[in-house]
Amino acid sequence: MSETTVQKFNIDTVEHAAGTPDVELPWAELGLKQNEFEEIVKLLDRRPTAAELAMYSVMWSEHCSYKSSKVHLRQFGEKLTDEMKKDMMVGIGENAGVTDLGDGWAVTFKVESHNHPSFVEPYQGAATGIGGIVRDIISMGARPVAVMDPLRFGAIDHPDTARLVHGIVSGIGGYGNSLGLPNIGGEVVFDSVYQANPLVNALAVGVLRHEDLRLANASGVGNRVVLFGARTGGDGIGGASVLASESFDDSKPSKRPAVQVGDPFAEKVLIECCLELFKHSLVEGIQDLGAAGISCATSELASNGEGGMRVELTNVLLRDPTLTPGEILMSESQERMMAVVTPENVAEFEKVMEKWNVEFSWLGEVTDSGRLVITWEGATIVDVDPRTVAHEGPVYNRPFNRPEWLDQVQADGFRASHAGADLPAAGDQLRAAVLELMASPNMCDKSWVTKQYDHYVGGNTALASPDDAGVIRVDEETGLGVAISTDANGRYAYLDPYTGAQLALAESYRNVATSGAVPMAVTDCLNFGSPEDPEVMWQFAEAVRGLADACQTLGIPVTGGNVSLYNQTGTTAIHPTPVVGVLGKFDDVDRRTPSGWQQNADGQAIYLLGTTRDELDGSEFANLRGHLGGLPPKLDLEAEKTLGAILINASRDGMIDSAHDLSEGGLAAALSEMVLRFGVGARIALDDLCARDGVDAFTALFSESQARAVVAVPRSEEVRFNDMATARQFPVVRLGVVDVLATALEVQGLFDLPIAELREAHEGTLPKHFG
Amino acid sequence: MPRIVVDVMPKPEILDPQGKAIVGALPRLGFTAFSGVRQGKRFELTVDGEVTEEILEQARNAAATMLSNPVIEDVVNVEVLDETASEDVAGAPEAV
Amino acid sequence: MSETPLIADLGGSETAPLTDAKIGVVTFPGTLDDRDAARAVRLAGATPVPLWHADTDPAALRGVDAVVIPGGFSYGDYLRAGAIARFAPLMAKIVDAANSIDKLPVLGICNGFQILTEAHLLPGSMVKNDHLKFICRDQTLRVENNRTAWTNQYADGQEITIVLKNQDGQYVADEKTLDELEAEGRVAFRYVGWNPNGSRRGIAGITNSAGNVVGLMPHPEHAVEPGFGPLGADGHYSTDGLGFFASVLSQLVGEAK
Repeated sequence: MSETTVQKFNIDTVEHAAGTPDVELPWAELGLKQNEFEEIVKLLDRRPTAAELAMYSVMWSEHCSYKSSKVHLRQFGEKLTDEMKKDMMVGIGENAGVTDLGDGWAVTFKVESHNHPSFVEPYQGAATGIGGIVRDIISMGARPVAVMDPLRFGAIDHPDTARLVHGIVSGIGGYGNSLGLPNIGGEVVFDSVYQANPLVNALAVGVLRHEDLRLANASGVGNRVVLFGARTGGDGIGGASVLASESFDDSKPSKRPAVQVGDPFAEKVLIECCLELFKHSLVEGIQDLGAAGISCATSELASNGEGGMRVELTNVLLRDPTLTPGEILMSESQERMMAVVTPENVAEFEKVMEKWNVEFSWLGEVTDSGRLVITWEGATIVDVDPRTVAHEGPVYNRPFNRPEWLDQVQADGFRASHAGADLPAAGDQLRAAVLELMASPNMCDKSWVTKQYDHYVGGNTALASPDDAGVIRVDEETGLGVAISTDANGRYAYLDPYTGAQLALAESYRNVATSGAVPMAVTDCLNFGSPEDPEVMWQFAEAVRGLADACQTLGIPVTGGNVSLYNQTGTTAIHPTPVVGVLGKFDDVDRRTPSGWQQNADGQAIYLLGTTRDELDGSEFANLRGHLGGLPPKLDLEAEKTLGAILINASRDGMIDSAHDLSEGGLAAALSEMVLRFGVGARIALDDLCARDGVDAFTALFSESQARAVVAVPRSEEVRFNDMATARQFPVVRLGVVDVLATALEVQGLFDLPIAELREAHEGTLPKHFG
Repeated sequence: MPRIVVDVMPKPEILDPQGKAIVGALPRLGFTAFSGVRQGKRFELTVDGEVTEEILEQARNAAATMLSNPVIEDVVNVEVLDETASEDVAGAPEAV
Repeated sequence: MSETPLIADLGGSETAPLTDAKIGVVTFPGTLDDRDAARAVRLAGATPVPLWHADTDPAALRGVDAVVIPGGFSYGDYLRAGAIARFAPLMAKIVDAANSIDKLPVLGICNGFQILTEAHLLPGSMVKNDHLKFICRDQTLRVENNRTAWTNQYADGQEITIVLKNQDGQYVADEKTLDELEAEGRVAFRYVGWNPNGSRRGIAGITNSAGNVVGLMPHPEHAVEPGFGPLGADGHYSTDGLGFFASVLSQLVGEAK
């Protein structure tokens, strides 16, 4: 009987493979290199079966194996100090990192890319990006509590941008809103370097009790292996390998993968169903199915556990009965999970599945054979050491060199360039420049996007976009909570990838501290071009080295993340774009600091913390003039730490009522955003600042010097606040006062900018382009 | 006024979450005869005047490029509905 | 205040509620705001009781004094919003209890409102927003009828700010139905300032003629704690949603006397 089926479908068994060593296999079409194929033959001591070839090809793809990035990413582990390990419960390597929050609570978070799929099919690509990162969070034993989306598109007026913006934003909303997860922040950036290579990164955060922590391992010989959730169809077959490993190329339509379609309803049910499994301790190990589907889940679970697993592949419930074993192993159908369950818990497990009406099938069991054996109606079609599939794939030390063009770019500073001529100086010129800046695609109001996301569901959102960080309450009894911010600046990283990556971390750290939270952990999504280009590889190596060094200085570890390579069209790569997410902790989220002056803040003093230098290279002002050259602003991590400590302590002790970090667009953007946040005006004078730092009003407004923030201090706290800054030897200067009656941002001696006019400029841009 | 009807369905190999949820709900109401549901879309394009072959070709192009998303959907039917002529469908259904 | 547990055990409050009223909160597959609704019930001083859509027990309503059908995407909003959920076994019991002489108070929020219209407890229906996008915003409403079980603590004509968030929020009904609703004072809430979804006559919520069944698209349960909800028109955090729950408690306490 079994032989008949095997013959009928022409199944390539291990026995058959051993007897037919000379069969030609499509390893090249599956994205494997000759040396990699030869390595597989050596590992198996025979040619692989078709199913084995499918498994190795997806698991050894760049996307799954990190083969080009691994040698660099090791630094995140090597540069860990004891201080950084203190609260880290789970680090890089699991589905997501876990950080201890105290009181028995822990938090897990991670950012991931879904760039190429979102270019091919924006709605489904972005939707399944959310689905995938949320399943990573569930796999840790956590309840997902929020998502964030850093997005980067091509030029705002490029014909294809509207298609991508509409599709991607509604995909994120359509999926995330249906899961009941508040979307609390992210970024929207437009730059022609991302044309045809949009960056769709998705971050999810979850909370758990310590005892609910789950890991992806198959332990306990005799324990059963179960696949549950959606049925397996032909979704994204080859997607993991083909999509993430090679630039999307229209000339090879045969490589266009079947698109993965998301079912957010199925995922929502899966979340509740998994939480019920965790609550009753019904699973020993759990793994979500994402890229490389069953290939990844079986090999990783087995490899992390006792080392052996036996699976009967015909037990997999199929949506499409014509799928071959290899396709079943590679399918990227969404909303599926794999778990390991003790025989005693099988009945209880099935009861939970029935309650939630979730389909499941028992696939096999954990063994101590050290082999992952997959059968098809009893005939062995895969017999491999799971470690060679999951963890011991190829590692490349790819050549890299500093781009030759970089010296020239770095020598082309903004001030000396044509673009730097005729800078605004008079009041009316500065006023016009502020309006132009605040209406520009990158600095304009993003509520056209964020209004399409539910940021209230759950009832625990304490801050969300446009505040500096998203803040979520974890424990209603105590107010324990977390803050998260994601940041990147591709322009800075292009000018200097080492410093650029560090500046992204510094900004994210500063944002979290500005909200009042203590930074604890880092996740990163490293978006780069082709690693086969030595200049891109150099950018990548420099960015990772920079990030690892800066994490060490700031004392916060990278607990997880993702690498996305091959973001390029032809030989033109995107700007190196390391997106960095920092997570911080609040003992009580009631102490959070919003990013604008509030209605009850009349008369509060406005202070600028930090030093302003002439730093316009790579700035948003330079971007307005179409210039990119010179060196990014100076990084000073010790200053960032001191500034962070001041902001956190001031918030905890009630010394400040609002705070906003200075980053893209400098002081001009910060003041404008603080006015617009709650529609409350302010009277500002720049004279003291200009005199102290030796800069003119233009530089004071548009420089992007780092380690700065604007705060509003109640009159009664001014002495205490100044004493604290002085004690920490941190520069602070009084800029003016909050004026509830003023309907404008007034900059003394220079200009008055009515809030209504500023708002019209700020809020008009996205609706104008996208309807 | 004649109308051109365009029917669009999710590609057979693509997951149809709507159809899946509906097929799950049908038996709970006693409709047990149906083992599958797939939910598609119907468009009606109104034409001022006679439907020429050229206009029908335009409709086919519009169906393929705009009314459907070729990545996940198929246009399964483009046909002319002329209510003024008779109850019958004028023009045989055409597979696209 | 007791914490909302990670799992949807909605009861289990450690602090004693202010009243002994029990308010059921229904969970369907795809319901999202059940834990929020339970929190609102608790903050108002009653005990939330979780109700399960598939419960076929004769006592599936577990002796509750009122029921909230919270928002979300039951069954993914597939087919039509609320169209599959209305056939749940529990819904038949809720419909019977709402129509009985005891007139069980029922509040349908967002997807709950859609379910109530599909179940014919309330007239009309919701279609896609006129701008075709999901919208999440702080929304001001005017209370047009303060004589229902869920609005009696508001002043007539009071303006309140709660959260609006939906994709299919445009209320539609035929002209005759709309005229009847207006004539009978059954328009419970109207959008103020701006009609955010093209709803007929700016209708945000309606009531049945007995005043025990109320449905609305915006979310009162998201405006019950300062700092975790919308900003009011005055720039301060709004807790205007609490009035819904205070109203039903007031009515229940009144009846008990």
